Amino acid sequence: MTDRALSVVRAGALTCVQDEGRFGYAHLGVPRSGALDLPASRLANRLVGNAPGAAVLETTLNGCAVRPRCAVTVAVTGAPCPVAVEGRAVAWGAPVRVPSGAVVEVGAATRGVRSYLAFSGGITVEAVLGSRSTDLLSGLGPPPLRDGAVLPLGRPERGCPHVDVAPAPGVADELVLRVRPGPRADWFTADAPRVLATGRYRVSSASNRIGLRTEGPALRRAVEGELPSEGMVLGAVQVPPDGLPVVFLADHPTTGGYPVIGVVPEPDLAAAAQAGPGTPLRFVLGRRL
Amino acid sequence: MSGPRVLPVGDHALLVELDSGEAAGALHAELVRRRAAGTLPLVREIVPAARTVLLDGVDDPPALAAQLTTWDIPPLESGAEETVEIPVRYDGPDLADVAARWRVSEREAVRIHSSAEFRVAFCGFAPGFAYLTGLGERYAVPRRATPRTAVPAGSVALAGEYTGVYPRSSPGGWQLIGTTDAPLWDPHREPAALLTPGTRVRFVPRPPR
Repeated sequence: MTDRALSVVRAGALTCVQDEGRFGYAHLGVPRSGALDLPASRLANRLVGNAPGAAVLETTLNGCAVRPRCAVTVAVTGAPCPVAVEGRAVAWGAPVRVPSGAVVEVGAATRGVRSYLAFSGGITVEAVLGSRSTDLLSGLGPPPLRDGAVLPLGRPERGCPHVDVAPAPGVADELVLRVRPGPRADWFTADAPRVLATGRYRVSSASNRIGLRTEGPALRRAVEGELPSEGMVLGAVQVPPDGLPVVFLADHPTTGGYPVIGVVPEPDLAAAAQAGPGTPLRFVLGRRL
Repeated sequence: MSGPRVLPVGDHALLVELDSGEAAGALHAELVRRRAAGTLPLVREIVPAARTVLLDGVDDPPALAAQLTTWDIPPLESGAEETVEIPVRYDGPDLADVAARWRVSEREAVRIHSSAEFRVAFCGFAPGFAYLTGLGERYAVPRRATPRTAVPAGSVALAGEYTGVYPRSSPGGWQLIGTTDAPLWDPHREPAALLTPGTRVRFVPRPPR
């Protein structure tokens, strides 16, 4: 391996490589995957002069530490957190020049869940089906980071980034998700949309990259029996037998057998990626449900 | 036969529901044909399933929905495509149970399974895992009461009226009747999955190892 690489000093709770995901393979059972907070990962790339879809690191709750073996520019976005280079505090949400061999420490998120680390040149692990993303459901792409792992870095684009700092949306105290009509709304009792729209939901600690699970009032079914498996989209609000809605995130299965009452539009899912366990959650219904 | 029912799925997708798996397969084949011919508006994903076809990443879903219902969709032709043969050692731990449910000998169960003509109805559960139809409802079997925590890669298995082959080791509740060495999934191959929707499949018995 060349010197254009980084070694993992502290992998953290769950740190994985993500880009914009795999498209066009859902019919083979391949989830799209990709960064859960896509605007944050794109911003991190922009800050270091990368194309928006370059592969970055996505951390979960407690950050990570890495040691680049070459001088690189690094930017951290997404969930706000302390960032240090060789023990010295540096800026979050801005490009930081890191000398070869210096440890970049990304601390625990002070708000939100997932932080994004972009490196000039991007992470260049081998792409699988057109993407470098780690897919936790099916195991495609590189495994989540482990201490001591080494990841290759690409050559930076010519020229310097022209962005010094960029505004980033804050992490809200309450998660608000719009819901559009889903294919199986008629499988639920007539009051289900009202329960969904007025119920006090919270984000469950069982949430992960596959789905945002919820705690709150259960939605009751009008149609019993099994739904034959059908295709699932990103943002689908699937309701398993316990009646508690699950919002499908990037690593969701491509087909499923529980009815989908509604669909959360993609732009709302970045906030879902940053909503930690216990965050109050409100669903706002749109265009008849 | 009733026409397809088109259901909204958020702002950029449609779920087309049909009255049988065959009809869903026929619509899927027609969509693939139209896409290859360049006459289908841009659709990012076409995902067939048991009774439905999902169209995701659609620019103008209402326009496509209106178009779809006017199509004249030819029925699926048997034997029109190439058939993939999968060699199987019928040595699965649930073969005896399956034979008992079918009220036949194990040998007869193997004959029934290996003489059926299968078609990939859809994929899911794991990359390259195909749901194969062809055995028919009378040979449907329930899932195991307690799923196995690890089903070996290459296991040939039954659940409901479907047959499937596990591309890699994973937990699973299907009834295991045999094993194959066929390379089901290779992301460096085009296509990555040996069994893609619409593919015709036969299982060919091999002597036990």
